[in-house]
Amino acid sequence: MELAEEELGEHHLDEKEVVDVVVRFAGDSGDGMQLTGNNFTQATALYGNDLSTFPDFPAEIRAPIGATFGVSAFQIYFGAEDVTTAGDELDVLVAMNPAALVTNIHNLVEGGLVIVDSGAFTAKNLTKAKYASNPLEDGSVARYRVLDVDISKQVLSAVEPFGLGHKAALRCKNMWTLGLVMWLFDRDRAPTIESLKAKFASKPEIAEANIAALNAGHAYGDTAELPVGIHVYKVPKAKVAPGTYRNITGTTALAWGLIAGSELADIDMLFASYPITPASNLLHELANRKQFRVNTFQAEDEIAAVCAAMGASFAGSLGVTSSAGPGIALKAEGMALGAASELPLVIVNTQRGGPSTGLPTKTEQSDLNMALYGRHGDTPIPVIASSTPADCFDVAIEAVRIAIKYMTPVMLLSDGYLANAAEPWKIPDSEKFEPFPVQHYADPAGFKPSIRNDDTLARVWAKPGMPGMEHRIGGIERSFDTGDISYDPANHQKMTDLRHDKVKGIANDIPEQEVCLGSGSGKLVVVGWGSTFGAIHQAVKRARREGLDVSHVHVRYLSPLPRNLGDLLRGFDQVLVPEMNTGQFSRLLRSEYLIPADGLNKVAGQPFKIGEILAAIHQKISNQGVDTEQLGASREVAS
Amino acid sequence: MNQAIPALTLKDFASDQEVRWCPGCGDYAILKTIQKLMPELNRPRENQVFVSGIGCSSRFPYYMNTFGFHTIHGRAPAVATGVKLANEELDVWVITGDGDGFSIGGNHMLHVLRRNVDLQILLFNNEIYGLTKGQYSPTSQPGTRSPSSPEGSIDAPLSPCEVALGAGGTFIARSIDTEAKHLSAVVKASHAHKGTGFVEILQNCPIYNDGVFEQVKDKKLAQDFRVEAVHGEQLLFGKEKEKAITLNRDTLALEVIESANNADRILVHNETNRVLAQLLAAMSGPDFPVAVGVLYSEAKSTFTADTEAHLQQVRRSSGNLKGLLHSGHTWQVK
Repeated sequence: MELAEEELGEHHLDEKEVVDVVVRFAGDSGDGMQLTGNNFTQATALYGNDLSTFPDFPAEIRAPIGATFGVSAFQIYFGAEDVTTAGDELDVLVAMNPAALVTNIHNLVEGGLVIVDSGAFTAKNLTKAKYASNPLEDGSVARYRVLDVDISKQVLSAVEPFGLGHKAALRCKNMWTLGLVMWLFDRDRAPTIESLKAKFASKPEIAEANIAALNAGHAYGDTAELPVGIHVYKVPKAKVAPGTYRNITGTTALAWGLIAGSELADIDMLFASYPITPASNLLHELANRKQFRVNTFQAEDEIAAVCAAMGASFAGSLGVTSSAGPGIALKAEGMALGAASELPLVIVNTQRGGPSTGLPTKTEQSDLNMALYGRHGDTPIPVIASSTPADCFDVAIEAVRIAIKYMTPVMLLSDGYLANAAEPWKIPDSEKFEPFPVQHYADPAGFKPSIRNDDTLARVWAKPGMPGMEHRIGGIERSFDTGDISYDPANHQKMTDLRHDKVKGIANDIPEQEVCLGSGSGKLVVVGWGSTFGAIHQAVKRARREGLDVSHVHVRYLSPLPRNLGDLLRGFDQVLVPEMNTGQFSRLLRSEYLIPADGLNKVAGQPFKIGEILAAIHQKISNQGVDTEQLGASREVAS
Repeated sequence: MNQAIPALTLKDFASDQEVRWCPGCGDYAILKTIQKLMPELNRPRENQVFVSGIGCSSRFPYYMNTFGFHTIHGRAPAVATGVKLANEELDVWVITGDGDGFSIGGNHMLHVLRRNVDLQILLFNNEIYGLTKGQYSPTSQPGTRSPSSPEGSIDAPLSPCEVALGAGGTFIARSIDTEAKHLSAVVKASHAHKGTGFVEILQNCPIYNDGVFEQVKDKKLAQDFRVEAVHGEQLLFGKEKEKAITLNRDTLALEVIESANNADRILVHNETNRVLAQLLAAMSGPDFPVAVGVLYSEAKSTFTADTEAHLQQVRRSSGNLKGLLHSGHTWQVK
């Protein structure tokens, strides 16, 4: 169905107490917006709000100062209820220069607050942002509450005692701004002060200057005569389960999940990868964690990475490789070798906008077809997807478990949004994780590499260095009985069936599909997979609040699909599938279950907005009659 | 490894698989030589891993009663690097050919050599694609007529030993399929070498490129077209060793001279001299003999040993999962 958007119109800073707020810090690449956002996030978590964050980087490493394509932004959505997206419209926009204003102001809700550094609105910067006249003076921002302060000037005077040069002094602008926003939402500055001291431990004068700027920004809020409607807002604490929490990005959670997986499997892991945006951070995180049973190898290319991982698996370790779309395409032949030789392998795909180089820093879910089908031959492999940053931890452990238990490559789908976004995570009790230790086969009596487990259909894993286990495997079709090369026609049929049945059988080893919000049948189900979870969840929650009969089903296991999924979805009159692609999962559901799944598709490099999904729900419900007729017709065809 | 290794013979290293190369293929001779060499290396059989790509030569692992992984076209060096990274105790052998190793897999060859991964590469160079039925390869001589170059190939060929040296290879040798004694000695030296041991084996394909190395293989002709490089010995060749290699110090190029009355001009092979190795590797007919033997050997730390040392240092205190999950900023909700 067609993508439309409804403004939620929920967040206005009209009251002194608000349920939730979306703030976006935007500035030049060099303005330190990511650091500012991270510090504000930490303070907000400590305050007790639920939250979700979304860093939005430019593709350029060092764009020219003041350029619109060099704007770096950090968005945070925080509130008193469960927060699962980084928010639709902005309530507060911090714009450090004209380029940041022009690229973000259209997302600010009418009447929202925009904080600008008027000192940066010079003729030169206005020209770079392609403003014909100064928007602060020509009335074009009159729809918003504007707080324009010459932040540069304020900062220079605040840090004067520390004797910094002009340029170094101006670098404290972000902390001044952070101080002001912290005042606005009553956040504690202590953790930021501590982290500044730690960050600049070797340059105490820089730390002190930044702290002075932070305090000065806060004091400005306290003492300056601000325009009407700009005051301290209270956002009540969220009701969250007791426990120890931390903030975690999808990348970190995925890396730690892989580490946990190798510990639980009691096996060494070789993580072989080649740098590519937005997947490289996973390599960086793991390269820093070699005290665990993980070694990292930066290979010469994507193909070498998957091949080295497979070599490690052949040698008895667990090989893991990681990339984004274009790199995964290069690994296809290697994955097929993994499937043919039946070796465990985990392939992490942090999806980005495609095709080709596409949108390297932006998010998309368009590699589902490649994950499911993107290999030569009949080469099924299990595919699973994470739905939130913290979920990446559990999904990584699950990928390791399946790869080892079934001696198969497993593809784990994440995406650019999940990789960089962060959310609070209740730290699980690692002592309660269920171990699944690997038992390498070691009995020489009658050993053949083709010995199988009757239940899982997985072949044995015998590793070099073990006497009596000498054997040869490879990409040529192997005899079902002996494991030796076989060109026998009946054997190829048998092995093809075996590879198919092995993956299909995993459906008996994964949980049945649950409904994450709503009921097991009804008028409409919104089905998602991957990072659309947050937006779908919020939209369905709002629709249900309106009394609409809508449920949310979120699928983690994409191949094989949960054994009850077809029956579950048939219990609904209509099936809506929002995806950040042109309908890959909805087509899968249609072909698997012959149900009229309808896609809601967005490929803009940005996550879904809650309002976009809510609009689709409203349209579906209001068109109920028509769609039900269609459904009846297709059911007849199906039977 | 201190454990006693049972005395093994050639037969212990022959698998039960029927060998399926064409009759007369040079690969038979190489297989026999390697199977015979294995017991001499005095290493546990279960620690021997043969990794190959695609091509006639890449069938080799199936015929060795060791661990074997027949992988995909050109990627054996990458797979082998993963094997060795996973278990440094293993003896890892890469079996490849001129197309597999220097065309589709050229990139991996470059990088395994520069990293100096501790493994052996046996490059079966027959200057032709055999398994795909006779197309010219990146080592084929210009003008090679083949199904894909009916008028003769136009590409300039590369010289495997020169490329391997250029990539930073630390052990570069050349031998001949049917010269069992020479081949065995060279491969043994490559096995003893810490780092990547690169051995180019000139191998005859009787079907698609028969006789391409005839001058260096034929007992009579070879006397004039082959020079054996032995560390510390003069570079002499010819029936009566009447010819020698010298370096023209003005042109910095090698020349063939008469060995008589030229004793002070005859080059003495020094396998630690990279420049000399480059010059010897480049020699080819008809004006020069082809050099065989260990052309270059350099003692250098290996990627795998350095990685292992790094891991051991990092792991002096092993990681604690609970500690990791709780590291950095956390907060309590009651």
